[in-house]
Parts: sequence; C-alpha cells; structure tokens
Amino acid sequence: MRIKRAAAIAAVGALSFAMTACGGDSETGSSGSGATGIVGKAESQKKLVVGVKADQPGLGLQTGSQYEGFDVEIAKIIAKGLGVEESGIEWKTTTTPNREPFIQQGTVDLVVATYTINDERKQKINFAGPYFIAGQDLLVKADSPITGPEQLEGKTVCSVSASTPAKRIQSEYPKAKLQQFDSYSKCLPLLENGQVDAVTTDDIILAGYAAQSQYAGKFKVVGKTFSEEPYGIGLKKDDKAGCEKVNEILRAAASDGSYKAAWDKTLGSSGKAAPELDTSKLTNCGSV
Amino acid sequence: MDIFTDPTNIDAYVSGFLWILKLTGASAVCALVLGVLLAAMRVSPVPVLRGFGTAWVNIFRNTPLTLVIFFCYFGLYSTLGLSLADDLNLNNFWLGVVGLSVYTAAFVCEAIRSGINTVPTGQAEAARAIGLSFAQTLRIVVLPQAARSVVAPFGSVLIALCKNATIVGTIGLVEASTVMKDLINSYGNAVILIFLVFAGTFAAFLIPTGYFFGWLANRLAVKR
Repeated sequence: MRIKRAAAIAAVGALSFAMTACGGDSETGSSGSGATGIVGKAESQKKLVVGVKADQPGLGLQTGSQYEGFDVEIAKIIAKGLGVEESGIEWKTTTTPNREPFIQQGTVDLVVATYTINDERKQKINFAGPYFIAGQDLLVKADSPITGPEQLEGKTVCSVSASTPAKRIQSEYPKAKLQQFDSYSKCLPLLENGQVDAVTTDDIILAGYAAQSQYAGKFKVVGKTFSEEPYGIGLKKDDKAGCEKVNEILRAAASDGSYKAAWDKTLGSSGKAAPELDTSKLTNCGSV
Repeated sequence: MDIFTDPTNIDAYVSGFLWILKLTGASAVCALVLGVLLAAMRVSPVPVLRGFGTAWVNIFRNTPLTLVIFFCYFGLYSTLGLSLADDLNLNNFWLGVVGLSVYTAAFVCEAIRSGINTVPTGQAEAARAIGLSFAQTLRIVVLPQAARSVVAPFGSVLIALCKNATIVGTIGLVEASTVMKDLINSYGNAVILIFLVFAGTFAAFLIPTGYFFGWLANRLAVKR
C-alpha cells in the first residue's frame, strides 16, 4: 500500500514536471519572436516558422515532409524578402480552428493558409495582403448542366461540416441538400460517381482538386463565384511593422513577376491564368 | 457569454443531442436483438451458426468503429447503392444506425455469453432431462437467468454506444460533436467553455444511466 502510494505520487510528480517542461519550451519560443516582431526575428535568427495547410492540393499540400502549393510559394517569397533562406523556414501544419491560437501563442510567426480576412479575426490578429481574392464556387462534373448556385434546388451539395461555404449554402440556398464531411477529399469520389451533384468551397481550392492527376478532365469549376474571400497573411496583432514589410514584399512580387511565377508553378496547371495582384487593396495593417 | 443564449446556437445544440439520443435509441434496440441472436448462435449445437457468430464478433469487435461507419456510407450506400431513406439526413442516420448496431451487437453478444456461463450447467441438463429442445432450454431456462446477471455490463455497453454515436458525424449527420466543432470554429475564444458544456451534457445523460443500471443490476441479480 505504502509503496503504491509512493509510486503514484512519483508518477504525478513526473507528469506535472513533463507538462511544465512543455510549457516552458513554447514560452521561450514566443518571447524570442514576440518582442521584435517577424522583421526582428528574421534579421537576428534568420529563421521563420510558417503555418500552412497540409491537405489542400495546389495551395498547401504535405507530401512526406515536403509542403507544396501556392500558399507555400507565397510564404517563400515573403521569407526571401525578409532575408530568410528557404532552409531557414520551418513549416507547420495549421488547420482552420487553430490558426488564431497559433499566431497568438507564437507557435508560428506567419500563417499563409487560405486565410480569409474578416473583421472577427482582425480583433485577434493582424492581416497583411490580400495576396489573392478567392470566391465560393461550385465544382461539378465536366458534363453537368449546373451553371450557378441558383440551380442547386433539390440537388445534393457536398462540403466540409461547420465551414463557411457550408453555412452559406444552408442560409442562402436552403433548398439544396447539403452532405457534410470532415474533408473535401471525401466529396470527390461521390461527385465522380454522381451521388452528389456539386462540391462547394473557394474557387481556388476547387481548382486545386480539379487539377489533381486522378481527376484530370472529369470535373470543372463553374466559374461563377458567389462570395468574396480575400486571402491574407496572418501575423501577431501588435506586429504592425512586420505587416507593413510583408505588404511591401507583396507589392514588389507583383511587379517583378515572382507572384506570377508562383502561380504558374502551382495552380497554373488547373488551366487558370495567373490573376493580377491588386496592390491597391492591401490592408492598412490595423492603422485607422 | 452570448454563445449559449443565441437561439440559432441553442437550436443547433438541441438538435445535435437529439440526433445522439435517436442514434443511441435505435441502435440499442437493433444491437440488443442482433446480440441475443448472435449469442444464441455462439452457444448453439450447429457448427455453421457457431462459426458465423464467432466470425461476426471477431470481425466487428476488432474493427475501429470509424471504419465500420465509413464502410456503411462509402461501401453500402456509395458503392452498392443501398439507400435507406430519400431524405439525405435520414439516410445518413440509418446508415449510422446500421454501423453502430452491427458493431455494438458484438459486445452485447459477448456480454450475454458471459451471462450464460454464470448459469449452472445443472440447469441446462435438467431442462434437457425434462425434454425441452435447445431453443426452449435457451428461451425458458438459460437466457432469463443469464440476462439478469448481465444488466451491469449492458449499462456499460449502452454508455459506450451513446458516446460512439458521435462518430456518425463523420458521414455528415450534424450531431452533437459536429455542432461543437461548428461552434468552436465560430467562437475561437471560448473553446474551453464550449467543450465543457458539451462534455457536461454527455456526463449529465450518462452518469445517471450508469447509476440506474447499477441499481437495476442489484435488484435483478439472481441470488445464488
């Protein structure tokens, strides 16, 4: 009995020690970058931690330990502008719900992950960009008669549960039947064999799926967007200097052709021509 | 916090837990019927039935429930075209019930079989001696006594079933855990509160269930 109790106390002690050790680790990480912002960190450490999506072909897709896609290329351009080599970038997978916490806690320095700029998020973090204006669209079979969201009445639409596109379908096109999954990749086989009539999310993401080799030529993006989703780059709320620097880098990328090169290298294979980066729409980084 | 005063959120919360209760109820009935049949097969004198029962239990008890539910959607519905209802949500619901039932039936079967082992062999021998058939022995003598000794394990199986019902969310039924994810996505600053409310609701259902089955087991136990 006595031995058991002693062992239990030791176990609890070890556990709490392990927990504090973890806590300590992340703390040092954030205090190092938080004080001077990303510009300072890039200068002193020549390192950046960038949050990207891992499951979106064409934008941010993880294969093995490599990340590739348009978001990843944009992040590389920004890192280069800040004086950080590609080898100095540490990629971190972020998902929709953990992006704000990751930025606030300093787990990542930058987030380039199909991150729509909106007012709710602006209260917690700062946005540079937008580097791309996406819009909600529909992906349908190549021979489908559907040409817009108003034709979805009685049709089955597939999307990710609890996502903004799914909510928009529910509220604005309530006559469409909504099948929800935890990822878009589950929608595609159903679209292929006709059990859902359309898949909906941002056009650029759909283009990424349509460009995957196993679906080449089978699907088409309708091309009639019914929302506007400006993709921004997330930074810490107080890092105004970093935000302005990122916008400056984006401005330069638009004029020197590296933005177009990033597009052609990734989403260009979907057949969509590179968009113009409209530098007049860049955010003011939180200044009033 | 305005999260749990906003009527749309309340509606979503209520409908999420209603789906959980419906899934649990429908699956519990199906799993009980299936489980009793399987247990009967596993103790029957017919080798083919015994083999079938054993195979069922070993396959479904050792397969992750997520895969079983996925198979119901992508295998039964998507590939084989088995549609259980015209309405999208109802179809997903019944596919979920199928998955939960075949999975839980394996556990019900094993609980009953353990209960059968608590009935002294002399009971079955005496039943045979007065000329009852296998089916009669099982139905009239063995199962009633066995059932009374497995009330407590049934409680555990039912509690597990209720929590497992959240997995049906992965095939698109907007049940409690999907609603929770939804709320967390829209109220990123109140993650812990949302989590606690949902966990608390489950506990509020399930703790009394556990005590009820404990009390029932005590009351019904065969005192030997």
